[in-house]
Amino acid sequence: MQEAMINRAKQLLADGTVSRVIGWKRGEFAYDITPAVFESAEELESDFVFDDFTAANVSKYLVKESAKEGKVLVFLKPCDTYSLNQLTKEHRVNRDNVYVIGIPGGPKLDIEKIKAKGITGILSVKNENYTLKIETLYGEETMPFSEAILDKCASCKSKKHVTYDELIGEDGDILESNRFDMVEQLENMTAEERYNFWREQLSKCIRCNACRNVCPACTCEKCVFDNPSSGVENKAASDSFEENMFHIIRAFHVAGRCTDCGECSRVCPQNIPLHLLNRKFIKDINELYGEYQAGEDTTSKAPLNRYTFYDCEASIVHERGVE
Amino acid sequence: MLRISLDKIDSLFAAISEKQALYIPTDRADGAAEYKRYEAGMKLSDKLNTVRSAKDFFFPQTENLVEFKMEGKKIEVNDIRQECEDFVIFGVRACDARSFTILDKVYLVEPVDSFYKNRRDHGTVVTMACTRPAETCFCQTFGIDPTAPEGDCAVWSDGSYYYFKANSDKGQAFVDSIASLLEEGDTAELDKTIAKTKEIMGRLPLSKLSTENFGGDKLNEYFNSDKWGELSESCLGCGTCTFVCPTCQCYDIKDFNTGDGIKRFRCWDSCMYSDFTKMAHGNPRLTQLERFRQRFMHKLVYFPANNNGEFGCVGCGRCLSKCPISMNIVKVMKALEEK
Amino acid sequence: MQVNENKEFQPLIVAFCCNWCSYAGADLSGTNRLNYPSNVKIIRVPCSCRVNPMFILRAFQRGADGVILCGCHPGDCHYTSGNYFTRRRMTLLFSMLDFLGIERDRTRVEWVSAAEGAKFAATMNEFTEAVKKLGPNRRLEDLRCRKQ
Repeated sequence: MQEAMINRAKQLLADGTVSRVIGWKRGEFAYDITPAVFESAEELESDFVFDDFTAANVSKYLVKESAKEGKVLVFLKPCDTYSLNQLTKEHRVNRDNVYVIGIPGGPKLDIEKIKAKGITGILSVKNENYTLKIETLYGEETMPFSEAILDKCASCKSKKHVTYDELIGEDGDILESNRFDMVEQLENMTAEERYNFWREQLSKCIRCNACRNVCPACTCEKCVFDNPSSGVENKAASDSFEENMFHIIRAFHVAGRCTDCGECSRVCPQNIPLHLLNRKFIKDINELYGEYQAGEDTTSKAPLNRYTFYDCEASIVHERGVE
Repeated sequence: MLRISLDKIDSLFAAISEKQALYIPTDRADGAAEYKRYEAGMKLSDKLNTVRSAKDFFFPQTENLVEFKMEGKKIEVNDIRQECEDFVIFGVRACDARSFTILDKVYLVEPVDSFYKNRRDHGTVVTMACTRPAETCFCQTFGIDPTAPEGDCAVWSDGSYYYFKANSDKGQAFVDSIASLLEEGDTAELDKTIAKTKEIMGRLPLSKLSTENFGGDKLNEYFNSDKWGELSESCLGCGTCTFVCPTCQCYDIKDFNTGDGIKRFRCWDSCMYSDFTKMAHGNPRLTQLERFRQRFMHKLVYFPANNNGEFGCVGCGRCLSKCPISMNIVKVMKALEEK
Repeated sequence: MQVNENKEFQPLIVAFCCNWCSYAGADLSGTNRLNYPSNVKIIRVPCSCRVNPMFILRAFQRGADGVILCGCHPGDCHYTSGNYFTRRRMTLLFSMLDFLGIERDRTRVEWVSAAEGAKFAATMNEFTEAVKKLGPNRRLEDLRCRKQ
């Protein structure tokens, strides 16, 4: 797959269709892959990588890259295409300046899950028939591929590319996923249990803003939390209230626009399941205002931008779940 | 050397925590390690390191400095400083232990930061030698020996005993306070463990990384390097690297209006943020390239220039494993070295 | 003089009222000499949809024990559709607060027209009672703002 991608990118660079390529660059180890822009065949040859660790969603880089001169080639996994569509809809990406090659999606691996097994000194990770052979400084280790899958891939919602100019490999289908299971579990807890669950999780937050900055839906030029004139700017959560506020507002601001790509939880250095907040909004929207998948198309109105006379009242919250 | 059997660790912790606050790295439900105040039954983590560094003990993420109360035209200023309680941090790795030396160079020079000094005076750092370094470790690059950690008291483990050696008066007082639990023993097994760790250190993927091309005199060479564009291209501008870093020491001072007074506090700041260095006229660092460059130039050039060649990095590897896009100081050093 | 030792909890209620209906409704309840608790502090907004979710959270931060948002009845918005957007936003926000374990009786949306002075007073009485039962807001409180 990696070979085919490099070759096609070289062709498109050579015939002048595109002037730059967005992809993933090899790192120091087996897993530390950085999104990067490639401008020449040599760079692609030496550094371009596509493997089990290329999980990063590169759509957000198109905000910057599509505003530049010349067309940019981007390789998008199915989930990443939803993000691009959403950005196109919001006029944040100039789609005419982007050449999309759809590539097969995950499941991708989570190095944290491998390390959590106590495996350290990792030198290489090979997938042999869905068993990971991990070469380490302390000898060879093995673990099942399925136990190292990223959470966002474990509850994959779609293998279908919703936008592309060409495909390498087959297109897939929208999947029946179990992505709302954990949200439902929480809904069925008592308010006190939920409160304790979220206090434990959100108190880990170090306010690094990685969840916000990686989010393809968070593309404000200046975030209200970074703006000293906003009155709510805060650099560190000085109180548990500020932890709650930041995460509620972050999730609320992308409600109806979040494609559920799962990047927020993937990048969290403290392993906070932030995607659950976003999924709660998605689940509510689906249940109260009809099924809606952000990024599925570039024309539909977002659920918070439309209304009907017969919408439920806010008091519906009292009628649902456990108090 | 004084030692205690591994299975007596609980009674050791109980004895320490009886006299003063004790913090140990322990595993959270999600598997990651963090420092927590010791309570009976808590298990010492066997992870190499905690997600957050040990700098939190001396330089917490947020800290109240002073309070103001206003009544009409009168302003009342309240000094809220309090003497810190005595505490012990157990299980600090060699890299984090060195980071305190680096923070000292910032906070204990004139004018001395009394908040930092207060904590430093009351804290005893008990370090733990490494036996299973990870691929992300590169403390050797900065002359740190993880098999002989600094700190007030160093602890080694050979799998059946913990060995203790005091490095300072505070450390000696700590060893004395637990002397009744310790026994003399030979170190043959321990020497073998240390030799084995040293052998692994030589095989670490980053063992060859060197600082010889960096230092205070490299400003002109690197500041205008054309590598910065490429390196910072995918930087998200988040503060993960800064906040997990044991040596990052920048903070911002802010006022919080509580409704009937002002609480002035300081909190960690990150040079990766868009409002870092923002002044009345605007911000001199307009793009992520400049912010990104600042962070690495500070660690590799500016800091050694001001501190007799000491680098602002200890090679703990936290940024290597936590950066959302896996860009880090090692990649920066390697890229800058390529001519 | 005897100091009244009544320690009964008195909740602080913030009511966001739209300028065109609910604020006028509050006015009417006043001119009709209807009682509603003095714990209710009204903040007038041009339209209920002016209320950003952040306003609700900030009210709690600053010491509110309950927040109620009042606007024109659906179909009657002075700006045609503002309250429809409010309805969706607040439904989602309140659901999220509930998801985080914040007591659901601390927040409410109520439609009060300019002619419904009686409804305004009744709503405020009822809401204040409900919040009083819950006690002080602790789960969404900023400790720095707690009155000593």
